[in-house]
Amino acid sequence: MVSSLLRSRGSASPALPLAIFLCFFVAASVYAFVARLYPSPPPISEDAVLVDRQYALTLYITGAAFILAQLGLAYAVLRFRDRGQKAKFIRGKIALEILWTSVTLVAFVGLGIAGRNAWAGARFTPAAPDSIQIEVTTNQFVYTFRYPGADGKFGRLDPSLVNAPAGNPLGIDPNDPAGRDDIVVSDLTVPVDRPVELLLRSQDVIHNFFVRELRLQQDTVPGMVIPVHFTPNGTGRYEIVCTQLCGLGHSTMHSHLNVVSESDYVNFLKRQAFVQ
Amino acid sequence: MSSPSRAAGDTIHAPVGALARFLRRYVFSTDHKIIGLQYFFLALLAVTVGMILSLLMRFHLVWPAAHLPFVAGGIMTPEQYLAVMTMHGTIMVFFVLTTAPQSAFGNYFLPLQIGAPDMAFPRLNMLSFWLILLAFVVMMAAFVVPGGAPISGWTAYTPLSGLGEIAGPGEGMGQSLWAFSILIFCVGSLLGSINFIATTIDMRAPGMTLMRMPLTVWAWFVTAILSLLAFAVLFAAGILLVLDRVAGTSFFMPAGLVVNGALQTNGGGSPLLWQHLFWFFGHPEVYIAILPGMGVVSHILANFSRKPVFGYRAMAFAICAIGFLGFLVWGHHMFVSGMNPYSGLTFSLLTVSIGVPSAVKTFNWLGTLWGGRIQFHSPMLFAIGFVSFFVTGGLSGIFLAQPAVDTTLHATYYVVAHFHIVMGVAAIFGILAATYYWFPKMFGRSMNESLGKIHFWLTFVGVYCIFMPMHFVGIAGGIRRYADSTGAAYLAGLQPLHRFMTIAALVTAAAQVIFFCNLFRSLRRGAPAAVNPWNGTTLEWIAGSPPPADNFSGRFPSVYRGPYEYSVPGAASDFWPQNIPPGLNPGESTEQRYAG
Repeated sequence: MVSSLLRSRGSASPALPLAIFLCFFVAASVYAFVARLYPSPPPISEDAVLVDRQYALTLYITGAAFILAQLGLAYAVLRFRDRGQKAKFIRGKIALEILWTSVTLVAFVGLGIAGRNAWAGARFTPAAPDSIQIEVTTNQFVYTFRYPGADGKFGRLDPSLVNAPAGNPLGIDPNDPAGRDDIVVSDLTVPVDRPVELLLRSQDVIHNFFVRELRLQQDTVPGMVIPVHFTPNGTGRYEIVCTQLCGLGHSTMHSHLNVVSESDYVNFLKRQAFVQ
Repeated sequence: MSSPSRAAGDTIHAPVGALARFLRRYVFSTDHKIIGLQYFFLALLAVTVGMILSLLMRFHLVWPAAHLPFVAGGIMTPEQYLAVMTMHGTIMVFFVLTTAPQSAFGNYFLPLQIGAPDMAFPRLNMLSFWLILLAFVVMMAAFVVPGGAPISGWTAYTPLSGLGEIAGPGEGMGQSLWAFSILIFCVGSLLGSINFIATTIDMRAPGMTLMRMPLTVWAWFVTAILSLLAFAVLFAAGILLVLDRVAGTSFFMPAGLVVNGALQTNGGGSPLLWQHLFWFFGHPEVYIAILPGMGVVSHILANFSRKPVFGYRAMAFAICAIGFLGFLVWGHHMFVSGMNPYSGLTFSLLTVSIGVPSAVKTFNWLGTLWGGRIQFHSPMLFAIGFVSFFVTGGLSGIFLAQPAVDTTLHATYYVVAHFHIVMGVAAIFGILAATYYWFPKMFGRSMNESLGKIHFWLTFVGVYCIFMPMHFVGIAGGIRRYADSTGAAYLAGLQPLHRFMTIAALVTAAAQVIFFCNLFRSLRRGAPAAVNPWNGTTLEWIAGSPPPADNFSGRFPSVYRGPYEYSVPGAASDFWPQNIPPGLNPGESTEQRYAG
């Protein structure tokens, strides 16, 4: 006995629109990715170029899988819609199972291994010994950047001395001579083509340091000093944004990275040393 | 065995009024089916709240000056936005995606599909539900306490979530209620998972070997094991968080915190510890949400393709493999957290490995459709939609699994698009497929097919219109959890995409009204359903619609074969139920033998 639900009319009719929609969806997705309608901005470091290459490789491999799987689904629903035929009795094919398990294993794990380089370049190696060191401190909802000044040494910090209204947002100890020439600013300025090491700290909650053009994103965690390094190769002014939910002002927390020529950088340091 | 307690629960001692009878049968019930329905309706309530919250967010992002309903003061403030976002995530993950696929459908159908009269521990089952309901009430209370709901997101990263009021609005009483609610939810889930595991191991009908269990049962069983291990860890983490908040401990707080200009007295704790504990729960939680959907989809694809599931064994092993690997990948949420970069690479390789059993599932779903005789009823449409979403959302995860690529996409809308498609909407499609599929069994009536198809089309297309553009917002650097989507200057150019997504979200949400109307109308007015309306092979289809109190009217089935014997050559009919003894004509339908 066949029940009334199975007899309801049009049980195969959604096949064609479903197949058409899936084809359209694949075409639209491929177009949007290939035409780069909403691209990320051009990279400004060698490490960022490596990240972009790995992104592209991932896009090709997953894109091929996406197209095959969605179109395979479209084909199956159209080809095997109920036209009164008898379904084939197939429990499975072990050779096929082994084939697609091995192919995905090689493709996905291979991709993961290939991705090591882009990560290792930025994260496994310490910063070059001649890097410019700048300390980045976050708190709700501002960035503060500290340069060590002419002596090349950061002054000691004491959390109990933090007093932003009085002009000491970082709590620099006034009794430490190394701190007297420290430069404290709210924008990050670095020279082009010189390695830079940032020491990321946070005073209150977890924040983040993200510059799209560097393809660099790193949380700043209270209680930790997290080093990151990069060598910018394009001058310009880039936005630094917080991407880690840090409280009600999260979306207002940003600053700028100014990548300037060597001479402009020297002038910047001189000017700041004079002002402070 | 539990039937004595069930029978006692159903005995009505005279004289009792209609109200008392109603309370006993539908409210304080130990019947797994009633408890399943209680979870189901709780999830419906929760998903309604969660969806309204998501619409408020979408509205605010593109029309920030608009006066919105349910928002104190009319125009949403940043802290209100973050509170709405936190509650949306929490409600959806815990009270919808954990509650509906596992607790609701698992409770209702696991005993039926293994031929048992009830769950192993019926009273524990009732207690689990009441705890989850209490957790929901406590969570909702966070909206109305001074300061409002918490703003730290569903992940509640410390120190933000541990500091108290000084960290921001909602971080006082609201965040405490959030933590208490999660603790209660953990206890409810732990009790529930013990029950699922014991029932599956102990109460299977004669002949129901592990390799004859429907893939739904496999999925619920493995999900219960995940719940047991994951919620235990979240419970411990939650206790530590509560202690940090109310008892002055510093499990997650380092020394030297200066918050809002004030030096804190904490010291010795680690903010990353919370992240490790949370994601040790949080990643398996993704599979707790999606594995039952995978089981349901396998079940439905076979039923409506009239074919056995392609590679049943591989499918069962893939569920186990995903469950196992799911515990080894939590660190991929923490690539940019400050964790050791070498750990990042290890977690990355483990994470891409999970793509292998996931791909096996996808290929085998296509293999199940291949050569079939596909009937496009509403449950089948939603199951096919699930496969499409799982492919899309799964593949976008391969990007995020690599720390280098994640460095640019982390915390952007790309992530939001990825997890909404693969664990949010795919799991919801699993729930909807299950609802359309089992509604006739649960309520003895059928849902309207035409409305079901309209619901499918609007939702399927609508979801892609919401979440595909969202990938591009993320690739361009659009940051999630921003109350102001133009917070950084470069974000302004993405507003047209945001507007498109908001309109798509409105249409998609409106389509859910069709579903709710269909559901509630069919409860009373749907066409009466047969015992086995879809010509299925598994044991739930030999029970009445709806099943009687002991499920099988005292005639408990024995099992003679696997769960998906469709279109067996030489058979008079294209389905061969699990309970028909060998030698009997496979064409003889279950209805002829068992109806009435």
